[in-house]
Order: sequence, then C-alpha cells, then structure tokens
Amino acid sequence: MAIKDWIRERFFPHIWCPGCGHGMVLNALLHTFESLGISKNEIVMVSGIGCSSRISGYVDVHTLHTIHGRALAFATGVKMSRPDLNVIVPMGDGDALAIGGNHFIHSARRNININAIVMNNRVYGMTGGQYSPLSGYGTLATTAPFINIDHAFDISRLSMAAGATFVARTTTYHTKQMSELFKEAILHEGFSVVEVLTQCPTYFGRKNKAGNAVEMIKSFKNNTTQIGSKAKEQNPDLIERGIFLQKDLPEYSREYDKVIERAKTKKR
Amino acid sequence: MTGTLKFVQGNEACVEGALYAGLQFFAGYPITPSTEIAETLASKLPQIGGKFIQMEDEIASMCAIIGASLTGSKSMTATSGPGFSLMQEALGYAIMAEIPCVIANVQRGGPSTGLPTKVAQGDVMQARWGTHGDHAIVVLTASNNQDVFNITIEAFNVAETYRTPVILLFDEVVAHMRERLTVPEKNEIPLVERLQTSVKEGVDYHPYLPREDGRLPMSDFGGVHRYNVTGLYHDMWGFPTATPAIVDGLIHHLTDKIRNNVHVITKFKEYYLEDSSTVLISYGSAARSALHHVLNRRKRGENIGLIELQTLWPFHGELIREKCKNARLIVVVEMNLGQLYRQVKMAVDRPERVFLANRVDGVFITPTDIKNMLRLIQGRGV
Repeated sequence: MAIKDWIRERFFPHIWCPGCGHGMVLNALLHTFESLGISKNEIVMVSGIGCSSRISGYVDVHTLHTIHGRALAFATGVKMSRPDLNVIVPMGDGDALAIGGNHFIHSARRNININAIVMNNRVYGMTGGQYSPLSGYGTLATTAPFINIDHAFDISRLSMAAGATFVARTTTYHTKQMSELFKEAILHEGFSVVEVLTQCPTYFGRKNKAGNAVEMIKSFKNNTTQIGSKAKEQNPDLIERGIFLQKDLPEYSREYDKVIERAKTKKR
Repeated sequence: MTGTLKFVQGNEACVEGALYAGLQFFAGYPITPSTEIAETLASKLPQIGGKFIQMEDEIASMCAIIGASLTGSKSMTATSGPGFSLMQEALGYAIMAEIPCVIANVQRGGPSTGLPTKVAQGDVMQARWGTHGDHAIVVLTASNNQDVFNITIEAFNVAETYRTPVILLFDEVVAHMRERLTVPEKNEIPLVERLQTSVKEGVDYHPYLPREDGRLPMSDFGGVHRYNVTGLYHDMWGFPTATPAIVDGLIHHLTDKIRNNVHVITKFKEYYLEDSSTVLISYGSAARSALHHVLNRRKRGENIGLIELQTLWPFHGELIREKCKNARLIVVVEMNLGQLYRQVKMAVDRPERVFLANRVDGVFITPTDIKNMLRLIQGRGV
C-alpha cells in the first residue's frame, strides 16, 4: 500500500502551521504501519485535545478524537473490550501530562498494551502559546511573560517509575529512528511510551527566540545524543535518544483472561 | 411472572437488570452509596466472560465505557454525586458522539461531599443540565427492587434505540433496601440490541447520517468501516466542521431525537387518579411513602391519588397537565428543595395549586411527614 492510501485525503489540508513537527510524526507513523503490514481495520487511534490530537482524524483507521487529557482512559475501554486491536494514542505534552497525567501514570502502572506517543513541543499550541508541564524552568510563554518558574517532567523517567514496560525518546530530526521506535513500540506487549521532541516554531520558537522551524529541528540534532554515547559523558546536558527500557511483564488485558478463567471455575 | 426469586439490595437489583440487558463492560470507581454495583459486577461479569475494571477516577470510568461501547459492548458505570460531577464532560461527549451507555447515579446528600451515607434526591437538575451546552438527556428512576430491575433494562434499551447515554437516578434508600426481586426467564423482557449498519465493506459509510426514522445504524470499532468519532461538531463522516447549517442540523438532531419521543420514552405509574381532588407526584424512594400515605387516606374515604414518575427527563409536561387537570391540590413529594416541583408548576394549568412536601436533612421522608405537611398545606394544622 502507498503511504497516501493510509490518509483520509478528504479531510486535508490539515490544521497545522507551516513548520510544525506533527506532520513529520504522522509521516513516520504511516511508514511504521506500512512496514508492519497490519490491516487498517486492526488499528484504533485514540486522541485527546490539542494540535497533536488532530493527527488521528487524518489517518484511515478507526479514529476516536475525545476530550482533553482523557484519551488513555477511552483507549483503556477500547483495549479491554477488544484486546486483539492495536490501540495507539497520540498526545501532546499538555494533554498527556498536565490534564491527563493521572491517566498516564495509571495506564503505565497497569501495563495495558497501548502505544502512547507524546509529541513534546513544550507548549500549548492550539490555545496560543501557554506554558506546559514540559516547557521547563526559565522559558517564556503567554502565561509566563516574565519567566516560567515551573520545572519540567522527565517523561521517560516518569513513565519508567509508573510502570511502563517500553520507554523511548526521539526527535523530529531523527525521523528514521522515530519510525523504528514506533515499530518496536507497537510490537511490544505492554504499555509503551515514545516521546518525540518536536518543534512549534509558531509559539514556543517565537516566544523563546529558538529560531525558525529548520533551526529548531537542527537544534534537536545538536542537543541530543544516542543513549550511552561518549558524547553524553563529555556533555551531560545532552538529551538522550533511543530505548530506555524494554522488558516483558504480564500485559493487563491478557491478564484479565486469568480473572475470567478463575471466575468461571469459582477459584479465588 | 416466572423466574428466579432473590432477596437483594436495590444496587444488586440494578446489577441483575444490567446483566439481563446484556451488559458486557463495566468501569467504575468506589463511592458510597453505589459501591455494591461495582462490587457485584466485579464478581459477576467475568463469570459470563464480561469485563470489569476499576479505573483511577470517575472521569476515566466514564471515558472507558464510551470506548468499550464503540467496540460494540453494552457498557455502564455507577457512581454517586461527587463522581457524577466528575463525569459530566465525558457525558456530554457521549451525547455529542451518540454513544450508547448507561450511568447509574445513586444519589446522596449534596452539595460537595455532603451526606455520603444518607438519602437525598438532589441531582435531578444536575442529571438534566450537568454537562455544558444545549442537549437532551434521558433520566430514569424507580422506587422498588422489581422496578429498579426493569428500569435498568429499559435504560439499556433506550440507550441503544436512540444512541444516547441514559442516566439511572437512584437514591440511597432504594439502593440499600433489601426486598424481593423476581428475575424473569430469558426473552421474557424484550431487549434492544445494537442496530448495525447494512452498508457493505468498501461502500462509503456515513456513521452520522440518520436514517429516515432518525436512528443511526452503527459499525463497531474493529469492523470493516473506519470512521472518525469526535466531540466537535461533525459532518456525516464524523469529521469536524463549523459549517453553520451542519452545526444547526446536528444540535437539533441531538435534541429532537429525545424530545420528539417523550411520549414513547416516558414511564410512569398512576394510582386512583380518576376521582382524586388531591394528586401527589413523586419518584424514587419518596414515592413509596407517598403511596403509603395515599393508601392510608383512601381507607378513610379521601379522594387522593398518586403519579409515580419513572422517567424524569425528558419531562412529559403535557402528561402531567392532563393527569392533574381536575386536581384542586397537587403536591410534589421529593427529597430536595423543589427540583421537580418547579417543573410541575410550569406544566400545569393552575400553578398556584402546586405545593412541595419535602425533606432535605438526610432523613427519609415518611408517610407521617407527608400527612403532616399536607395538613399544613391544607390549613388544617399539624
């Protein structure tokens, strides 16, 4: 199938600004689907609210565009009811970790087989540039006009501490790696988190003088490094990319089969 | 009626009704006085291959049942006031996206944490208007276990028929009172199953294009039709739009599908209305005391009757007006500050004849309370 066959052309043009990274994530995701050889009918994409969440509507799979922060809770209902379906949840940083933070950690704790993709552009784009829990100390935003005194989450460490069994990070500069990580995540049996550092030149870039889209993408090349690289030893400020964690633990929707089995034989 | 005789709580009667209706998925969060619904389903659902999940909060519970329903599972959650407040945004989503599901709210005293273990009926208006924006909603209630059972089945049937969330508004007394329940044989009570689309694979399917009768045939997630579901105003493909004509059409579709069927959806019971100059109107556990009072006064030759509402919303004002047209005194018996009372006042020809007999102190309203309040209303002293 051509990549084009995965999209709903009827609904284009998309809503994203020029230079936005979300389209690059969409592209990588479609390449992943293509390489996995899974059928469209076996994929459910559940998203919340924000620029990133609109990604679901453009893909020709079962798509559920829900309310702010709750995509993982909707996805849990889908997955529990139909464990055979691939459930993918693309989210923004605010959607996943501010309003949706509780659902995020509890989905990780259950180790339910859902693929969470966090498109981290460090800003609320759709509402016009407010600071998010990933903006970080010292940044500027429309709601932090002097300085942002909020510290940022480390999504990978948070996910691992909460119980996710596949945790990875990449950026929009590293599109090949992005596609590979998506593939690993989808094949993984359990809750997976792939964080994608992405650029919002319109709001984060402009407010923080981070340059235009190209300059922002290039910065991902310069300020990140592969996990465990020599470069990281020499420069601890570099952000690591790659797979932080990949381990096999019982998956929630399959574990529930044990509950059913015990209930039917009245074993406690 | 043939069937299995049980001695159970109202909450268990609700569970029996839900299972009879074909419940396959429950998501919930513990909260008094509804918890027994979750506890009982945690045990019973897996025994029939269904799914139970205790979520991290009530918001997640409401979201999870919507997700499960989209895959074709009959789904429900249960809660009380504080949890019901948290569910409101997702409830609105289910209305907008037209996802069948059932929400049992076993009322406690409010506002806020209020009176967790005491009876109240203060969520009548929240059930109607809790979520934002213009919308229609179906809210059902019952006063005894057999009716709790039947109305729970009705809730699932209405949810499937109109593709809408349905709220079961019970109260602490009905939920915790133990009394007999007969669970009928299978097929004795008709069930409405999900209307599936007849559109074949490969043919352009319009998930949000109603049939001529207003019903929307569905295609389950995981099936051959892939479409978009959203809480935004959407076109017939389910894709977001702000086109004024489509927006106008959708909001009227969402409200009309309920409002135009108020006569079909409305369930009520009536006692001695033919010759009654005094008509009580009540619902839920309060209706038990109201009926008790009516039977007592009938023995003394008083012309008094009762309308017990089982459908609170959509409110069938025309029915109330008709039933009360010969009444000289109309008394609404409820455990709140007059939430249905005001609705009745608006419906009848002579609003000055409508009075409220209520208790809001967490104590169940008794037949004696009603008797005393009626004496006051009638100017006969206590």
